[in-house]
Amino acid sequence: MATMTMIQALNSALDTMMARDSRVLTFGEDVGYFGGVFKVTEHLQQKYGPKRCFDAPINECGIAGTAIGMAVYGLRPVIEIQFADYMYPAYDQLVSEAARIRYRSANDFTVPMTVRMPYGGGIYGGQTHSQSPEALFTHVAGLKTVIPATPYDAKGLLISAIEDDDPVIFLEPKRVYNGPFDGRRDRPVIPWSKHPASEVPEGYYKIPLGKANIVREGAEMTILAYGTMVHVALAATEDSGIDAEVIDLRTLLPVDIETIKASVAKTGRCVILHEATRTSGYGAELAALVQEHCFYHLEAPIERVTGFDTPYPHALEWEYFPTPPRIIKAMRRAMEA
Amino acid sequence: MSRKNALDLHIPAPNARPGDKPDFSGWTFPEPGDTPRPDIDVSPSELRDYAYGLIRVLDMEGNALGAWAPHLDAETLRRGLKYMILTRAFDDRMYRAQRQGKTSFYMQSFGEEAISVAQSMVLSPEDMCFPSYRQQGLLIARDYPIVEMMNQIYSNKRDPMRGRQLPVMYSSKKDGFFTISGNLATQVPQAVGWAMASAYSGDVRIAATWLGDGSTAEGDFHAAMTFAAVYRAPVIINVVNNQYAISSFQGIAGGENTTFAARGVGYGMAPLRVDGNDFLAVYAVTQWAAERARANLGPTLIEHFTYRGGPHSTSDDPSRYRPADEGRSWPLGDPLERLKQHLISIGEWSDEQHRAAQEAAVEQVREAGREAEKEGVLGTEGAHPAQSMFEDVYKEMPWHLQEQRKQLEV
Repeated sequence: MATMTMIQALNSALDTMMARDSRVLTFGEDVGYFGGVFKVTEHLQQKYGPKRCFDAPINECGIAGTAIGMAVYGLRPVIEIQFADYMYPAYDQLVSEAARIRYRSANDFTVPMTVRMPYGGGIYGGQTHSQSPEALFTHVAGLKTVIPATPYDAKGLLISAIEDDDPVIFLEPKRVYNGPFDGRRDRPVIPWSKHPASEVPEGYYKIPLGKANIVREGAEMTILAYGTMVHVALAATEDSGIDAEVIDLRTLLPVDIETIKASVAKTGRCVILHEATRTSGYGAELAALVQEHCFYHLEAPIERVTGFDTPYPHALEWEYFPTPPRIIKAMRRAMEA
Repeated sequence: MSRKNALDLHIPAPNARPGDKPDFSGWTFPEPGDTPRPDIDVSPSELRDYAYGLIRVLDMEGNALGAWAPHLDAETLRRGLKYMILTRAFDDRMYRAQRQGKTSFYMQSFGEEAISVAQSMVLSPEDMCFPSYRQQGLLIARDYPIVEMMNQIYSNKRDPMRGRQLPVMYSSKKDGFFTISGNLATQVPQAVGWAMASAYSGDVRIAATWLGDGSTAEGDFHAAMTFAAVYRAPVIINVVNNQYAISSFQGIAGGENTTFAARGVGYGMAPLRVDGNDFLAVYAVTQWAAERARANLGPTLIEHFTYRGGPHSTSDDPSRYRPADEGRSWPLGDPLERLKQHLISIGEWSDEQHRAAQEAAVEQVREAGREAEKEGVLGTEGAHPAQSMFEDVYKEMPWHLQEQRKQLEV
């Protein structure tokens, strides 16, 4: 089996689906000839021709709006928003249109589209290349939101997203595109090739949406994470010596409540991680769900370790980013409560 | 610095307000029949003058003149007139139904009937329309049952939209009528995308979309224009310039110093400006644009110059912002009267036939109204089970919606 980075795995997912289904096409800014600024669509134009993988004008509203029209027609467009931070001009099309067309037409029209967006910080991208806007999508009825953490998951989840009959927001943690960054800045980044989840099958396979993955079994607490923070959670667990169960949610909406319930019922403690700003972040929803479903199992207050409620500060991004030391403090608070 | 040459902010204002005499003195129109008809493969750069002119076929005596005259047979003309009569009768009844409390909201297309009826007749039933909220004539001219439209307006138990949408927000895929959104101009890039998908698929169907003069100020319109021009999408983008966006005259949308058709010039898109109250001219320019799109020659922007005869909606009172007799003195007349006049002048219609057609339309609407009201009006208890609100959010209902649905069962 081939070893792939997350970028190569995403490319392989698109390649697999474009080969299988002529309704699948992809476009976005710099996506065609150049293969995307992160190279996720590399070689696809050469292989499938310019009609199936092409460059778009710098207009996210137009990219999303035309993709909706294509999906309504019966195609399965996969669009790339170059950075999730550039998504806002497309937001009305995604929220007021893509999300609601099935509902408002009473199932007459549907929008099977996938919206790919690199998100998150840790690459010195400043405020406009580092944001994590997942909560702006999980708050919207009619959208599904997916975030992979490994190359294997990235390919299987993207294939599921493309085959899904509803619009899927597919957020890609760009900090782990080329390696499983674990938040320890003092150590060299390990390449994906050393990670078991970089073993990616060549052909077609799926990871179902709505199913979390227990990446580390543990007895003392549950850590809920997604994207880059899954790797940071594992590092924090290792450094803390606490026997935490680390859950990679993979799909934020619909979230896998059964896996969360079973884990917190077992451990009695819960720490929630995300890189996005704290207030009204997705962690607040997770905390509420854990409280509603697991209150009588809880032995400590639920902890959240998140980005701060500030714009992403360029030169201070490592103070902003939830690194293992901050996470370990929260884990200890939970253990000592 | 001296304040002698202080800057001054310009806020556009219309020529006439309530109490003033309607003032159309700033407008000059070419004579009917004067505008040449270019070949469909003309380069957009040669059509610059069309963006500032006005294509007219019918003169005010009902004669069809010039190269744009579509030479329709009398039966087609009568069919068009009858659809317009039916649209107006339908609007009249539904407007009153709202006043009687049978529904929450209604929007007439009074004065704009020629546009949607003629265009619906030109387009193939397989072509996809992405309308705004004032193109009920599209559905009526596609012989969509008016009782279904009423069911939607009443949100009754046979409402195809299952009580989820504001009245007039119809949807019918089989009739090529895309679900209407209340967010303005969002449908325009979607229409372009649909047209791109049709071209991508080697299909023969084209798309058409409608928006108001006011909505052209939305970013979505400009996104759509860019994409349509860049990918030469087989789409017709119709700007219905009815002079008003609720209370704001078209100058506020940018119509004071240029035309809306002229937006096409900057994008390199074929721009046509047409008398929207002239059924024959609308028919002809739509034929031209559709032929152009079908021949892979790209999109056309059509500005339909017309007048919104009624209020924006049942929630609006235009007497507060425009002269009461402005519509009656509109220099380009009433689209129904003008087509009627034409049919009479060619000996294919009479006042008696017209009266009979109006009575038949009123009766057809009344009959449909009775049928629709049997299924209930807005607020009728039990029209839709409350549980149905959770359906169609997703193809399959996720656990959290199933759980929320159970909360209704107490």
